[in-house]
Amino acid sequence: MRGVLLIARLTWLETRRRKIALAALICGLLFLTVFASAIYFGFRHVAEQGGVANMVEMRVASTILTVAGLYVVNFLVTAVAILLPIDSLSGEIGSGVIQTLASKPVDRAAIVVGKWLAYLAMTAAYLALLGGGVVLSMRLFADYQAPAVLMPMALMLLSAAVMLSITIAGGVRLSTITNGIVAFGFYGVAFIAGWMEQILGMFGNATARYVGTIVSLLSPSDAMWRRAAYEMQPLATAALQNGPFGVVSVPSAAMIVWAMAFVVLVLAFAAWQFRRRPL
Amino acid sequence: MPEYAIETAALRREFGRNVAVAGLSLAVPRGEVFGFLGPNGAGKTTSLKLLLGLVAPTSGGGTVLGAPLGNTEVRAHIGFLPEHFRFHDCLNARELLYFHGRLLGLPTRGLDTRIEALLLRVGLDDAGHRPLRTYSKGMTQRAGLAQALLGSPELVFLDEPTSGLDPLGRLLVRDVIDELRAGGASVFLNSHLLGEVEATCDRVAFVKSGVVVHELSLAKAQGTLDVELRVGSADDALLEGLAAFGTGVTRDDTLVRMHANAESVLPDLARWLVGRGVALYELRCRRKTLEEWFVEVMGEDQRPG
Repeated sequence: MRGVLLIARLTWLETRRRKIALAALICGLLFLTVFASAIYFGFRHVAEQGGVANMVEMRVASTILTVAGLYVVNFLVTAVAILLPIDSLSGEIGSGVIQTLASKPVDRAAIVVGKWLAYLAMTAAYLALLGGGVVLSMRLFADYQAPAVLMPMALMLLSAAVMLSITIAGGVRLSTITNGIVAFGFYGVAFIAGWMEQILGMFGNATARYVGTIVSLLSPSDAMWRRAAYEMQPLATAALQNGPFGVVSVPSAAMIVWAMAFVVLVLAFAAWQFRRRPL
Repeated sequence: MPEYAIETAALRREFGRNVAVAGLSLAVPRGEVFGFLGPNGAGKTTSLKLLLGLVAPTSGGGTVLGAPLGNTEVRAHIGFLPEHFRFHDCLNARELLYFHGRLLGLPTRGLDTRIEALLLRVGLDDAGHRPLRTYSKGMTQRAGLAQALLGSPELVFLDEPTSGLDPLGRLLVRDVIDELRAGGASVFLNSHLLGEVEATCDRVAFVKSGVVVHELSLAKAQGTLDVELRVGSADDALLEGLAAFGTGVTRDDTLVRMHANAESVLPDLARWLVGRGVALYELRCRRKTLEEWFVEVMGEDQRPG
């Protein structure tokens, strides 16, 4: 455990010194500024127009904006979860830094888990900042309270944790660029399978759902986003089913459990591979 | 306490079809400064990685400080300086040493004092606060050396420790090795600078394709002298008589060559020759350098590397 915490601390220090954390913070704040401004001016305009009698329409619009905002947040957080660890192991193996670390009395698994833990904490902080900012902007400027906040956020973090674990595992054997291609490939395949499941599912295509579920099992990140989107719009689901963030086929609770198990399994695989790898 | 710091039997490592280490059998007693010599691609670095547990053997095995290869705990007593020491260059030397100290399991208390002492020892006390990216190659190597000494190791692996070091840095490494020996630690030195090995090591092994082809105790080898005599005439009786003072007596007209076991026999040898009435024109003696040994063991085609 000492090793895990030390490696996590070292990873955090390195991320901070390389100004990665600062860059993420600045870009995140920029995104929030744009989002909050859009909501502020948009809803003030609506109010100046003399108010809209149709409260349902307002609520639907607010729900769509919240989900749309969080959709972008989800993409940014996923990107961070992939990019933060992308050269962590492969880079240290390539430069030889790993040799002095791995020759210390620390299990190699602690190196993998320590890095994972540090990056997960950073990803969670990034998600809390961006996601919290979106929800808060809606609350302040649109007087809209999302029906659920914590559960969708937790699911988005799980989605990011899936990609983080895949990237860490890839870094054990793959070069930095190859790892990036593979990680985004995993994400892209799950993403497109999710859309296929949604769109074809609307026409009642059972095969599309079947393929979507299989792909979600192999890469459950997008399924977690879809579940999060579903959690955020229970009131308006009927109205939004055909929209871009509609959820026709809702990933089940079993899929959530599988996503958690997936993270643990991929991380265990990474540690096992790293222990065997010649350094 | 086990007698040997390092003991291996038929250690082998293959990478696909490539055999990096064919069958390494070594026994390095505790407290010895051991030199590991061989040409480029002889499997020296892979051998060292096998001993450090960075690479697992395909077959064979061994022990380091009495623990089986790959044991994690024993690494608390092992220091290692890789050939090209690198660490996160955004950290400074103090932070680098702090993290390595903590990874070694050293308590926080007293660690700062130890770090300051080591920075002073390797001549980085003025640069300890600077990020490693501002360091020259030699400075990085010095930081790496401090890192290797941090845990007061019983066994230290040095892989080409003087690469990138200036003459003062080389002297530092030599002094550090002497200090380690004086403290009872064992040193495993991988180096192609034979002069350096000659000056520091007790014993060397010559390795070729991952197999030890020859071992040499330098203390003993330094005792052996090549002796050349130029005499008026060298008959068979003279040669037989000379055999009492050394080995390998050969004759080339009036030039006699032989190996003496120690310098102390030379005055006796001269007295004996003069006593027999031999006209002695020249008596020269010379120690065989490690480079000559290297070439002899490896063959002319294998230069040190």
